[in-house]
Amino acid sequence: MTDTTVLRLNGLSKRFGPVVANDDVSLSLARGEVLALLGENGAGKTTLMNMLFGHYLPDAGTVEVADEAGHLAPLPLGHPQAALAAGVGMVHQHFTLAENLNALDNITLGAEPLRAIRRDRRGARARIEAIMAHSGLKAPLNVPVGRLSVGERQRVEILKALYRDARILVLDEPTAVLTPQEADTLFASIKAMTTEGLSVIFISHKLHEVLAFSDRIAVLRHGRKVGEMATSEADEAAIARMMVGADTPRIARSAMAPGAPVLHLQGVSVAGRSQRDSLKQADLTVHAHEILGVAGISGNGQSALANVISGLSVPTAGHIRVDGSEIPRPSPARMVRAGVGRIPEDRHHEGIVGAMSVAENMVIERLDDPQVQSRGLLRREAIATHAEELARAYDVRGPGVTAPARLLSGGNIQKLILARVFERAPRLILANQPTRGLDMGAAAEVGRRLLEARERGAGIVLISEDLDEILGLADRVVVIRDGQIVETGSHDRERIGLMMAGEAA
Amino acid sequence: MIRIEPRQHRSRTMDLGIPVLSAVIALAFAAIPLMAAGANPITAYGEMVKGVFGSVFALSEMLTRATPLIFTGLAAALAFRAKLWNIGAEGQLYLGAMAAVAVGAGWLDLPGLVLVPLIVILGAAAGAAGMAVPTYLKSRFGADEVVTTLLLNFIILIFLQMMLEGPLKDPMGLGWPQSAPILDQGMLPPLMDRMRVHSGLILALVLAAVAQFMLARSVWGFRLRAVGENAAAARHAGINVKRSLFGVAIISGGLAGLAGVSEVAGLKGYLTADLSPGFGYTGIVVAMLAGLSPVGVVIAALFIASVFVGADSMSRAMGVSSFLADLVVSMSLLCVLVGGFIARYRIIRSGTGRAAS
Repeated sequence: MTDTTVLRLNGLSKRFGPVVANDDVSLSLARGEVLALLGENGAGKTTLMNMLFGHYLPDAGTVEVADEAGHLAPLPLGHPQAALAAGVGMVHQHFTLAENLNALDNITLGAEPLRAIRRDRRGARARIEAIMAHSGLKAPLNVPVGRLSVGERQRVEILKALYRDARILVLDEPTAVLTPQEADTLFASIKAMTTEGLSVIFISHKLHEVLAFSDRIAVLRHGRKVGEMATSEADEAAIARMMVGADTPRIARSAMAPGAPVLHLQGVSVAGRSQRDSLKQADLTVHAHEILGVAGISGNGQSALANVISGLSVPTAGHIRVDGSEIPRPSPARMVRAGVGRIPEDRHHEGIVGAMSVAENMVIERLDDPQVQSRGLLRREAIATHAEELARAYDVRGPGVTAPARLLSGGNIQKLILARVFERAPRLILANQPTRGLDMGAAAEVGRRLLEARERGAGIVLISEDLDEILGLADRVVVIRDGQIVETGSHDRERIGLMMAGEAA
Repeated sequence: MIRIEPRQHRSRTMDLGIPVLSAVIALAFAAIPLMAAGANPITAYGEMVKGVFGSVFALSEMLTRATPLIFTGLAAALAFRAKLWNIGAEGQLYLGAMAAVAVGAGWLDLPGLVLVPLIVILGAAAGAAGMAVPTYLKSRFGADEVVTTLLLNFIILIFLQMMLEGPLKDPMGLGWPQSAPILDQGMLPPLMDRMRVHSGLILALVLAAVAQFMLARSVWGFRLRAVGENAAAARHAGINVKRSLFGVAIISGGLAGLAGVSEVAGLKGYLTADLSPGFGYTGIVVAMLAGLSPVGVVIAALFIASVFVGADSMSRAMGVSSFLADLVVSMSLLCVLVGGFIARYRIIRSGTGRAAS
């Protein structure tokens, strides 16, 4: 690592109407350095990077990028092309790949001269292969991107940036979609590339990976930079305090004896479209006062299990009992009626109807309830009052309950779903990746609500790819692998990790 | 350079302004071929206005023309709300009309108080059946309803021609391919003496009001909106998506069938294969102009009917072809589609180094 500065942000500010997204943020990045940008959702991390990359035009401030010779030169703002040309590459949280094209075409798309008669595919392939060999980032080049795993797609995105000679790489929450193993591989490659002179900024709100993989940490809160330190001098509690502005509440949990079984799956099989969404003879029991953690590497049948419990798929074999009574032909409506509360994995896609109001989304699972309708007509005032109360009780913030739900932030959408689920005091709760993509405050709130429900006597199935979350919340941990569910009988991280990888039974 | 970004908020003024502006722009563009045809556009549009509002008769003609368009417009608007793309209103209209003459043209000699409701109900049922088939194919086999409903139009038209040459043929019709006339007591009563406007219009207006109310206020409307806006979330929430789609398919087909009933039992009296000059297709334009709102459908149908009737009258007065009406209707659809795009996205020009944001 050298001390040459390759990037300097000077006093960047950006407002969106009344909202201050960034206020006078300055940062610098040295050659070969990994800078972690930490902050809660809405702290302004992504906005800041979007200004760097030219997606947004700052209201004030400048950006300077070093040219090949190492001299800092001001970057024309508001021009992604200029940022690209200056060697800034950005990998967004939501990938921007054409799924029907293969990796080779995705990487070269837009980088080739417009007026060339034929594309030099052979040359491009050779270059990409050289980059892959150099960086250790491997991805199949000939398969349509739609068939690649999430980790592979992300590697294609990074290769895309490297192919454009990026010297500064910005990664927006790179591990949000990765398994722990994929994340480790990614960071190993990044480390290797930084020794070659690549500088990296990565946005995250996972403390442990920030501490493990960065050289320096900058913390944003409410659009301001509230702290910056060398990672070697950082300690976890101090950073967490900086991010949320107060001590994170430790989740207090009391020991509880499990009660009667609330969910019993017996030999349940689901024939999914692929291996990834199949269940094979799965047995599972969840008791009252119990949080059952389902650990596993992504794509081992988690979604099939979640679909069975939420009623979206009908098993090809086996029995499902909720609260002791058999559900013969499960459907979402029957599961809701049986007292199952469902927190879906993809809250935007399955959790809410974005175009409908917050209030309507709060009652969407109980349209038959006489509090919601009488004789087929919606009781609009009752629905609105009810929504106001729920929004207050669950701290759902946004432009009001009559506004479309899509205007809420991710954390508030999750709070809306929590409100909808917990309000009915469900006997069984399915929480599928409930904190994915949430900031620490919102994630802690989810954990608190789950524990509260456990206290009350609910049984909870917590499916998560975040082992820390499972170990922190679950009373009992099972591992799902290859569509089969195995008891672990322990909270031992290493043992569970080995079982997830299928190396021990 | 131009960039396109989705808008965070859709303003209400835009939702209302775009259809109106589209109509105006369509009329403005139509002035070009008018001038090319040697007419003064201002006089021509003056003639059009006179042809629509110049007399009670003109007004009655316009309302008569608007009646089927309200039915087909509602048929399209409701189906489109659920993202069920019913392009088959034209065929469903003819199914409704066939049912009306099958029952009403002498087969059952009932008093009007029984016969009229029977014709209306069976006509709607026939149209509904015409939409139920493609919807079943969609939910069972995933057949794209755009294709099936569109192609069914032609099948139904050929079936109609067969029926008009066969079982439905008027024995007194001098060999013309037309049905026997509907019994006098089976006709929808006219609204005014010696005018063509008939009580089908009242039915259309009532149904538009009911649809508007149900969409916003009923559980049925809630389900329909949820299914249309995000079917995955609706399904997850326990809404029976297939049943909702089926429900709206039946209603949409039924409304299109009523357009046929209204034309044959309110206006013509007997059925020919040219009963509809494309009311089913024009209904799609009406629905789009209306922003898929039932009340909007009424307004848009009045506008489109005015253009058609006005253009007819103008062409008689000035000797310009009345195809101009088709031009205005098509232009207004294009404008509304472009306008809808502008309402959803904003276009950002960043030509000189400073992006407008």
